[in-house]
Amino acid sequence: MTNLISKEPSLSIPNRIRRWRQFQDRFIHRFFQINGMLSILILLGIFILLLLDGFPAVKNLGLSSFFSVIWNPTSYVKETYGLGAMIISTLMVTFGAMLLAVPIGLGCAAYLAEVAPSWVREILKPVIEILAGIPSVVLGFLGIVVVGPAIARIFNLPNGLNAVNGSILLAVMSLPTIISISEDAISSVPRSYKEASLALGATRWQTLIKVVVPSALSGIIASVMLGMGRAIGETMTVLMATGNALKMPYHFFDAVRTMTATIAIELGEVPFGSDHYHGLFVVGFILFVMTFLVNLVADIVLAKYQEVEQ
Amino acid sequence: MKKSFSILIGICLILILIPTLALSATLIQVKGSDTEVNVVQLLAEVFMKKNPNYSIAVTGGGSGVGIAAIINKTTDLANASRPMKDSEIAQAKANKVNPVGAIFAVDGLSLIINPKNSVKALTIDQIGQIFRGELINWKQAGGADIPITLYGRQPNSGTFVFFREAVVRGDYSNKMNQMNGNAQILEAIKKDPGGIGYVGIGYVVDDSGKVVSGIHVCDVAKDSRSKPFSPLKLENILNGAYPLTRPLYQYFDANNRAKVEAFIKFELSPEGLAIIQKEGFYPLTDQWKKHNDQFNF
Repeated sequence: MTNLISKEPSLSIPNRIRRWRQFQDRFIHRFFQINGMLSILILLGIFILLLLDGFPAVKNLGLSSFFSVIWNPTSYVKETYGLGAMIISTLMVTFGAMLLAVPIGLGCAAYLAEVAPSWVREILKPVIEILAGIPSVVLGFLGIVVVGPAIARIFNLPNGLNAVNGSILLAVMSLPTIISISEDAISSVPRSYKEASLALGATRWQTLIKVVVPSALSGIIASVMLGMGRAIGETMTVLMATGNALKMPYHFFDAVRTMTATIAIELGEVPFGSDHYHGLFVVGFILFVMTFLVNLVADIVLAKYQEVEQ
Repeated sequence: MKKSFSILIGICLILILIPTLALSATLIQVKGSDTEVNVVQLLAEVFMKKNPNYSIAVTGGGSGVGIAAIINKTTDLANASRPMKDSEIAQAKANKVNPVGAIFAVDGLSLIINPKNSVKALTIDQIGQIFRGELINWKQAGGADIPITLYGRQPNSGTFVFFREAVVRGDYSNKMNQMNGNAQILEAIKKDPGGIGYVGIGYVVDDSGKVVSGIHVCDVAKDSRSKPFSPLKLENILNGAYPLTRPLYQYFDANNRAKVEAFIKFELSPEGLAIIQKEGFYPLTDQWKKHNDQFNF
């Protein structure tokens, strides 16, 4: 009798419980699936919202009015909706930031992955992560009280509210992204590559520059693109540090007003439903497309790099 | 297990009750003009000390932000350093808000320059030319050969709008730096020998009523034939000799008057006026008192 019972247990699970377990399984499966889909739905939702809210402005003002230079929808004389100066400003600040952040970030990543002793790495990596956590408004504040006056003094300018200031601050913001992703890319280069290079008589420097970095290149490019995505979308720092003049910037010491700053300054007071209101959504839409493209390129490059890895 | 559960519920109940208890006091939200935010904050603190059942929260953001908030019913009082536009009043009416603007103080808009600048007085005409970008060097205004740098506010600021209507009468130069508040303009002028900017008078005097160091407050003349006057002397404001004055408004919804009436009456009392004057603003002239009379203040 007892023998029989002990043999049976796996079969003796009542149907009710088995069904309940199947239901649990399916529920969990669906739950995670929905979570995965949710981010896509949100992205799509934002895209559609920007498109729908931006459309009335394009319809009322005509697409051509967005192709002029100056953005001044609250003008005393004549409202203008040009995106030119704004887009150039955003690109200037972003590329300026990359010009500074890429060499520093790559140097730091190469040092961490290849040169630094392990105890230095143990200290540096968390410190770099903390750098990523500094609120942008704090950096903007530093831009006003430290970086700006320093730029003004060094280059003998009336003030430090310009594209250079914004670039420096954005470089600081995008450094952690660039460093941590390229460090991962560099340290995942197979040991055999380095060993082969060193065995052929190359120095460590030659190995790093000619073998390791080129094999990690796609990861490095992806890190730069992701850092750039962060820089393009940053708002508070540039709003505080770059002067926000409306005119087209001609060089890096001119004040600039980026797309993000324009939206942040004007959306708070714009009359709901006006052309100005919808115009700001057009700015948002263009900005969204720009960051989307940058992130897309980063993803494609990164995917390619992971393929090579395997 | 059960015990810890009931404790948890108890804690939740307390957490829910605390804010509700606090809400039983009259909570007034004040939002808007950066020019007014400091003085209204101070008035609110003194008022709350005398009337503990009131709780007043004052935030800035610019007149445009305050007016948008009163239209959308997200604030009780909107500080505004400019009157509401007709389009804004129409929007409010459409939203079933009946905005009433009481005037509680008068501001002298001051033009500030670096003390190193040899120019000490300007006419309204010259200031307009400077901010429209027609004069680009101080030597064109009788000063040294230094390029002019313009520091202004952002379009959501009432000061931006008032100064444009009253002085610039056109578009600001595209080269003007759009600063994020009065204090930033002040800091920039301190460091820039060629800089010029406009800020509310409350920002150029400190608590003891003296001009803050590192800046010079320009004297302003109505036109090239009249004498320039300083906004730092009370009589120049009261007799209208200084040309750049403006009333400071507080808008509220007439349906919501009971909630904010006591606070506005306090601001207009002699005690409120003392605080207002200590902060560098001016008492109402008869013209503005008449404006308030129509709303029984």
